[in-house]
Amino acid sequence: MTGITGLLDRRRAIPQKYIPVLVTAGLFVAMFVAGGIRYENFATGQIILNVFIDNAFLLVVAVGMTFVILTGGIDLSVGSVVALATMLSASLLKDGWPAYAVMVLVLVIGAVLGLAMGAIIHYFEIQPFIVTLAGMFLARGLCYTISTESIPIDNPTFTDIAQSRINLGGDLSVSPSAVIAVVVVLIAAYALHYTRLGRNVYATGGSEQSALLMGLPVARTKIAVYTISGFCSALGGLLFAFYSLSGYGLSAVGMELDAIAAVVIGGTLLTGGSGFLFGTVLGVLVLGLIQTIISFEGTLSSWWTKIFIGLLLFVFILLQRVFSGGSRRRSP
Amino acid sequence: MSRILKHRLFWPLVILVALLALNLFFTDNFFKIEMKEGHLYGSVIDIVRFGAPLILVSLGMTLVIATSGIDLSVGSVVAIAGALACLRISDLSDQNSVGGVLGAVGLALVLSVVLGAWNGFLVAGIGIQPIIATLILMVAGRGLAQLITDGQITTVNSSPYKLIGGGYWLTLPFGIIVVAVVLALTAFLTRRLALGLLIESVGGNAEASRLAGISARGVLMTVYAFCGLCAGIAGLMISSNVSSADGNNAGLWIELDAILAVVIGGTPLSGGRFSLSGTVLGALIIQTLTTTIYSIGVPPETTLLFKALVVTIVCLIQSPAFRTKVFHRRRRPVTASPAPEEKVRVTA
Repeated sequence: MTGITGLLDRRRAIPQKYIPVLVTAGLFVAMFVAGGIRYENFATGQIILNVFIDNAFLLVVAVGMTFVILTGGIDLSVGSVVALATMLSASLLKDGWPAYAVMVLVLVIGAVLGLAMGAIIHYFEIQPFIVTLAGMFLARGLCYTISTESIPIDNPTFTDIAQSRINLGGDLSVSPSAVIAVVVVLIAAYALHYTRLGRNVYATGGSEQSALLMGLPVARTKIAVYTISGFCSALGGLLFAFYSLSGYGLSAVGMELDAIAAVVIGGTLLTGGSGFLFGTVLGVLVLGLIQTIISFEGTLSSWWTKIFIGLLLFVFILLQRVFSGGSRRRSP
Repeated sequence: MSRILKHRLFWPLVILVALLALNLFFTDNFFKIEMKEGHLYGSVIDIVRFGAPLILVSLGMTLVIATSGIDLSVGSVVAIAGALACLRISDLSDQNSVGGVLGAVGLALVLSVVLGAWNGFLVAGIGIQPIIATLILMVAGRGLAQLITDGQITTVNSSPYKLIGGGYWLTLPFGIIVVAVVLALTAFLTRRLALGLLIESVGGNAEASRLAGISARGVLMTVYAFCGLCAGIAGLMISSNVSSADGNNAGLWIELDAILAVVIGGTPLSGGRFSLSGTVLGALIIQTLTTTIYSIGVPPETTLLFKALVVTIVCLIQSPAFRTKVFHRRRRPVTASPAPEEKVRVTA
């Protein structure tokens, strides 16, 4: 362990905080190249764009999760909120609501749910784990109260968004959902790295006590990140509704795990205070590429995806441990 | 009176009694227990019987949480244990041979302990945060379980195996006896021997206990391995009750239910102290809630809604910050930590 960190200390050119992100980027490139050598028609731009298209909702959800994890918290409710958003939009559209009103309402409900959880976490000092667990049960339960069956969406606005493709020139095209996801990433990256809110998020995650003593608005920050996560989950749910064109109470089961895995693989420390949004994007891309490779392979069964994600998680957590543990022990 | 009100098990007990009382209005003969063909039958027996796997998983979880850890992988271990046992039994030439079933069960339990010890190694040996260390097995474990059963639902037809989850022994459901034995053993190990004290001291401050001469690593490894074992037994019960193994759905979300049971039972997630009796109460509350919802005719899909409600209420009542803010009885700082004498008090 000391050997590796010693080696890194001598090479001052790359700051240590960028190493996990660079490793993830390297992994992504390596997987892409390996896939390109092994399979025909793999090494094209469209494959990467397809990963974006197929994982747009996960990307948006993971962005919200990054905010929460950066403050040292966790949000287990995201998968259920995604399902609730698809369910709500499907049932409201069936009742004849206008599409844009439905979208706004769903986003507001997601944000309010996040706000409520954040307020309980902060003001009543209950662990985020338990509060968001209750939120997860609540949202999933609400889905089932709406309906236990899958509700199809045939609203013209929704189907238009689902079927349209934006041409990027050549043979490349993306879905509007992927564009929305990228816009969300850009806004979030700006907010996290160039605004006061972003600084407060990092400070709160680094040490809540110190942030409080410095006079930073810890309460506002903590509640804000859960609200952002709730909003992102609802938006992810809308994108999921575009993608699947139906609402179903059992959709997005376990998506909170995928989102957490993406954030961890992207190099964000789960103790909070350290990480980049760009890393999360790479994390989502790596997860997406694993699925693409497994579908290209054809003979591998779907459960290998889970085993590979588990292995990757293990490697990256070990990596985090080597880097963060090594540097912390050096400077007591 | 105020001492009773302040007792840690007071509120969980009130909720359990209230839930049971609710059933009295909706179900006739709810508390009636009768003998049929030498077996005990009754709604209350059923609650304990169907709650047995949850109680087991929660017991293991209690000890893990007492070390200020958490084990998210129990659901996956449940699935793996069931899958491996069913696979071995379906390979037997005579599925009813007791020796063969015992071998399969033993193998599944050994694997569960190994998986638990793997979690313990990640937490104690490498020093990874427990929630993340066990997340690895939670994600990969489901895949492993499906790999074992090859993505199919493996069914077995074996009467000795059926006994574990669905059979009777000495007039009682076998599952209840298993739970009673494990509970008695755990209570003895942690409350009559020093192990419980060691667990609490590691949970209070792992570094300080190491300096005090306690092998914190050994304690952590033991606790996670024990949690794996409990999950393994629960997995055998669940799969034996339906005589099949489903790698995808067996034990799904049981980790969340178990954590809830522990928290409802008054064991704080921050570790340092634990209450086995509280956990059993908590697990019974969750099972009673499920049974109640079925018996009063609310659509079963809303179980989760009720669960969310109960969790929120129980957690709010237990939160010192909430009590001071809402009831204004004791005007002390919000950051009030549990009183020191509570940490010393030991309840079985």
